[in-house]
Amino acid sequence: MDKIRKIDSKLITETVKKLFIEANTNLGQDVVSALKDALTREESPLGKQVLEKIIDNADIARREKMPICQDTGLAVLFIEIGQDVHIVGGDLRAAIEEGVRQAYQDGFLRKSVCDPLTRKNTQDNTPAIIHIDIVSGDKLKIIAMPKGGGSENMSAAQMLTPATGEEGIKKFVIEKVKQAGANPCPPIIVGVGIGGSLEEACVLAKKSLLRPVGEANNNDERLAQMEKELLTSINKLGIGPGGLGGRISALAVNIEMLPCHIASLPVAVNIQCHVARHKEEII
Amino acid sequence: MNKKENMARHIEIPLKADDLSSLHAGDMVLLSGEVYTARDVAHRRLYEALNKGDKLPFDLKTAVIFYAAPAPTPPGKIIGSIGPTTSYRMDFFTPKLIENGLKGMIGKGNRSKEVVQAIKKFGAVYFGAIGGIAALSSQCVKKAELVAYEDLGPEAIRKLTVVDFPVIVINDTMGNDLYAQAENMWRVNN
Repeated sequence: MDKIRKIDSKLITETVKKLFIEANTNLGQDVVSALKDALTREESPLGKQVLEKIIDNADIARREKMPICQDTGLAVLFIEIGQDVHIVGGDLRAAIEEGVRQAYQDGFLRKSVCDPLTRKNTQDNTPAIIHIDIVSGDKLKIIAMPKGGGSENMSAAQMLTPATGEEGIKKFVIEKVKQAGANPCPPIIVGVGIGGSLEEACVLAKKSLLRPVGEANNNDERLAQMEKELLTSINKLGIGPGGLGGRISALAVNIEMLPCHIASLPVAVNIQCHVARHKEEII
Repeated sequence: MNKKENMARHIEIPLKADDLSSLHAGDMVLLSGEVYTARDVAHRRLYEALNKGDKLPFDLKTAVIFYAAPAPTPPGKIIGSIGPTTSYRMDFFTPKLIENGLKGMIGKGNRSKEVVQAIKKFGAVYFGAIGGIAALSSQCVKKAELVAYEDLGPEAIRKLTVVDFPVIVINDTMGNDLYAQAENMWRVNN
């Protein structure tokens, strides 16, 4: 007989709060290492200067506990709930929203959420975008991912025809990165979701951005190869750091894939700026 | 565009006619003076006020607008993290603002043909700032005051006094475009 583990909703609120403040002020070491590596490979003097400033800024933000970027994002969360967990003390979504509210209020993070039509700010950066998965076990995993608007705006999804195949996918990804140019704050990380349905491809693309920068897809050699080829092609575009020209337009291409309908070839591109923020904790 | 930052020009706001005609795409500039933050909704309001003939909350003549909305100001600081937002979203409103005296814009990313033409026709400049270095950029802001549209929260119009804010000329009065030049220079054709 499996035992049910109780988790207090207050602990969820506290953890969400902590993770969003941390994510917004402390850039992951994987990103910092990738930026430092990019600095050694960038040939454009201006591109090098931009990379140096990005690295300096991450240091200042960490030291002064200030947001790395003023756009502290939409609060995106991926939650994995073990099926042996019972949440007590309150509603899960409400606990998460409260954590977001407190993080953005107490952490001096910008509230960037508004009504789509009136554009009236909701004042506390809620509602959050919450993806919930039920998994085995008795743990609860919270991944906090503040996502900026500038890079999200350059993202796109399309239902390709099966006939276009792998070449069609690559063409679509490169076209989106090229169109985005300087807008999404390059060097970018390109998240790609292939297959599933329209919405599943979008979630896959976003989730792929959680992978440590520089790590290839470990589950599918074909995808690891495609990631490599796409990164090479993207870095030939000349966009460069800050869009001011150079060799390093992207730090990584991450691809995730799921089977799809025989009629379809869904593909989604989720563009992430160089401030690639996410923090996680397992309760 | 290969100039080093130590060759950056110090430019004071208000921008003079000489400054505007001598600034070229790719020039590194350290900008000092007063800039107004305004982005999406603030632009719509400014545009509608101009159409109705209403008084604007600040004098557009010779003004420089910074497409930005800062993070909240923590205790003991002048301003929170601040940096440019993507400029194309303001393109629809911008030619009208330039026609009415706007001389400088600070943002990131490409502008529309209409904006590039208005910059050329009326003598203005579009500066690019580096996105995503907002903790660093906040150190150039020496004073910040709320000017208008407080209800917009972070999107409200603020007057910032900046000192040596590093920017680069993207679109100049000659119709040049640094992003296009840079991409052409660095693109590798297979």
